[in-house]
Amino acid sequence: MHVKKRVAVVGAGMTKFMRRAHETGKELAFEAAKQALDSAEMRIQDVDSVALGSAPDAFDGVHMKGEYLLDGAGGWQKPYSRNFVGGGTGVFSAIHGWWHVASGLFDTCLVVAEEKMSSCLPHPQTAFLTIFDNMIERPLGPNLIWIFALEMQRYMQRHKIPKEQIAQVAVKNKRNALDHPCAQIARAATLQDILTSEVLAWPVQRLDISPVSDGACAVLLASEDVARKITDSPVWISGVGWNLDTTYWTNRDLYFPRYVANAARMAYDMAGVTNPRRQIDFAEPYDPFDYKELHHMEGLLLCRKGEAPKLTAEGVTERDGKLPICPSGGLLGVGNPIAAAGLMKICELFWQLRGEAGKRQVAGDPRTAVAQAWGDLMQIGTVVVMQG
Amino acid sequence: MTTREVSYKELIFDAALKAYEDAGVNPRRDVESFVCSSEDFYEGTSIFDEYVPDQIGGALKPVCTIAADGMYSLATAYMQILTGLFDVVAVEAHSKASDIVNISSIYDLALDPVYVRPLGLNANFIAGLEMNAFLHSSGTSLRHCTEIIEKNRKNAVSNPLAMNSGHGPLTRTRLSYPLAAEDVAPLADGAAVVVLAAEDAARNLRDDPVWINGVGWASDSPNLETRDWGKATYAALAGKQAYRLAKITNPADEVDVAEIDDTYSFKELQHAEALGLASGRRAHEMLEQGVFDLDGELPINPSGGSIGMGHTLEMSGLVRVIEVVQQLRGSAGKHQVVGDVETGLAQTWRGVPTASGAVVVLSR
Amino acid sequence: MPTEPPGKGLREEDLEHHNVITVTYQPTAKYSWATGVAIGRFLNGLKEGEILGTKCDECGRIAVPPRIFCEWCFRRTTTWVKLPDTGTVNTFSISYIATDTTRLKTPTIPAVIEIDTAGHAGFLHIVGEARPEEVKIGMRVKAVWADPEVRKGSITDIRYFRPIR
Repeated sequence: MHVKKRVAVVGAGMTKFMRRAHETGKELAFEAAKQALDSAEMRIQDVDSVALGSAPDAFDGVHMKGEYLLDGAGGWQKPYSRNFVGGGTGVFSAIHGWWHVASGLFDTCLVVAEEKMSSCLPHPQTAFLTIFDNMIERPLGPNLIWIFALEMQRYMQRHKIPKEQIAQVAVKNKRNALDHPCAQIARAATLQDILTSEVLAWPVQRLDISPVSDGACAVLLASEDVARKITDSPVWISGVGWNLDTTYWTNRDLYFPRYVANAARMAYDMAGVTNPRRQIDFAEPYDPFDYKELHHMEGLLLCRKGEAPKLTAEGVTERDGKLPICPSGGLLGVGNPIAAAGLMKICELFWQLRGEAGKRQVAGDPRTAVAQAWGDLMQIGTVVVMQG
Repeated sequence: MTTREVSYKELIFDAALKAYEDAGVNPRRDVESFVCSSEDFYEGTSIFDEYVPDQIGGALKPVCTIAADGMYSLATAYMQILTGLFDVVAVEAHSKASDIVNISSIYDLALDPVYVRPLGLNANFIAGLEMNAFLHSSGTSLRHCTEIIEKNRKNAVSNPLAMNSGHGPLTRTRLSYPLAAEDVAPLADGAAVVVLAAEDAARNLRDDPVWINGVGWASDSPNLETRDWGKATYAALAGKQAYRLAKITNPADEVDVAEIDDTYSFKELQHAEALGLASGRRAHEMLEQGVFDLDGELPINPSGGSIGMGHTLEMSGLVRVIEVVQQLRGSAGKHQVVGDVETGLAQTWRGVPTASGAVVVLSR
Repeated sequence: MPTEPPGKGLREEDLEHHNVITVTYQPTAKYSWATGVAIGRFLNGLKEGEILGTKCDECGRIAVPPRIFCEWCFRRTTTWVKLPDTGTVNTFSISYIATDTTRLKTPTIPAVIEIDTAGHAGFLHIVGEARPEEVKIGMRVKAVWADPEVRKGSITDIRYFRPIR
């Protein structure tokens, strides 16, 4: 299909990801937004529109928190709106910004993703009770970890995947994140560390998970004409896709995220990627838990169903491997302030495709990459393909 | 009205069936993207967007949620179509206000947690402050506000969709001076689905499509301390953007009918001025002259607005749009504006404590 | 790429020792959700000791939890079916954490139970009367109901599902 206008990322910025930030949500949003603008040598006055992504209001304890955050995000007296698709929000925010520009309505869009989970007491995880069905699930006293455990179990059983192969992802990403200046939980962990960590809801153990976090990211999008005036190396958003499966997750087989595959096909189609395994140089799939990276690699059609653990074991997905996965260190290494974590992957694609990723730089002059986020009740896939 | 016998999913499903029939589309086959509006705390569920796809036919399709009034989702669907990515997009918004035990405690949660909430005031105080500022700066009187209530209640009597809960002679029961309880539109339940289509697709589906000529949305300061109290700057900015796209230079002349936000009675006048519908004069003067009546030169809220129909939280923007569509089609029945109704304006405001809103210009 | 990214992290001690000023608020957000036609009837069914589902007349799919629409055909469903209270474990977990993240001595075993005759449709519940190590995907289970007098039209009218031995 013919898209009206080409859209490029011309600037990016992010804050540290922290367990508990001193900064308020507004301040986090501002810091990231300001960086993104500065990196493109633009002022907020030059920006036509602002798109914000942030996950549940329950964390901040502010209803309509998109409104509350808008001044920090640069939305004052501008067309400003907030998208919210659960864990998919971070990558989706770039898509939300994309159509602002691709539609021809605006020349620029500042995309900000912010999360301040630490405000929620006694623990942010308790807020997740309210994501379950209000009528027939909440009375069972569920914990968020349950749904990951249920999905992980199904995936492991279906393909007979040993826990070690899954834990390897956590080791890789936490190590990759040692080279990321914003990382909250980077460390040189061993497989033993992961495998002996506290069992929360089997098969999920503590170090399989990326914990609660505060942080913000921002990217500046521009139409082709404007982008070329701002920078010599715009990074193009060449494909976008998103797909939401039915709410009735207990009626679905969780071993494969078909909605991620649908979203990926939509994005690859638009980007002219016909053979993702060959044409994608590196990928940033959503990795809030280690098994999710594998699950999503398959969802992104980068390998066959059940093949992702083997590729990981063979070192294919290491930063110096044939198909680097989460060179940033992902959520497992950098942190998981939900919406900001997804946009962090877009930032990573931006820096990598411009050769600006420093010690994390993927070798071989990468040209095409894909970022993906996921969330809701194992329901949404949001995918963006970028080309340098 | 309240809708205790159906769940929100069932309410939305009914609206969706009606919309798809009206558009002549099968959502599973013809609708390529779905944009929904919701706010978690109105629903009592976090990440409410999980619960939207099935009842609108969007399962395993591109579905997303904009955390704002339905008119923002409509603007989003409009942008999605303009990119060339989709030809047909559906928009959904709803209100299950009757599921909320105490709406005040929800509004409270929207107040700034550090500067405002500790004052322990009912959120309506913000409307009270704003009303005071507006009455003062515009010379609008309490009597004018009462006339808005009367006008909209009267219009609503002819509207079969309206809740019509306000009856009898109007008193002014003190709420948050100068705001009276009667100035506040009563809450209502409902669901709305609107189907948008790109030009060729639209012409294939209907002989009489209603065109979107312009959209706009804007936010003024979220902080009470730094906003312009008398004016509705967000409405002016949103209007400016929409008018520019729609190539409207003189809204008071070029707009034939308008559905604008009246969550609080005075807001209708404030918005009318901000949107340029009062030709630079005072809206209350036009009101006095009957300009905004159903049979006036520029009828405002022929549906009865939120005051007459009921206030449907984040759905109210779509209610405004649907009324304008009905008016442009000539199918508004007993509350049809008579004469040449070619261009309509729909506007929404997100309610206290926000200074955000959207505008859509439609024509046939 | 920022070399000195902004952001100042706080530690637990900063709050405990009041190194920063904090503002606390307890939201009171109460809801009374209308269960509506489908879930209302489902919950009534549970009260009577029955699991009910709806069936789409077009594709024949059985929906449990029931709904008044088939989301695949996008049409109204009006046919109700009584389902057996037995099923198969589709997936499960052994959970040592409660909703509020406190640690449990005895683990809870949440599972997706596919209800017999409903294809792969099922709902979330708990497995009981089972040792964690014996729970398997594909295990056959049966509902253990609460006593009729205490049932109130809730998913907890089924206390848990136990293995069929």
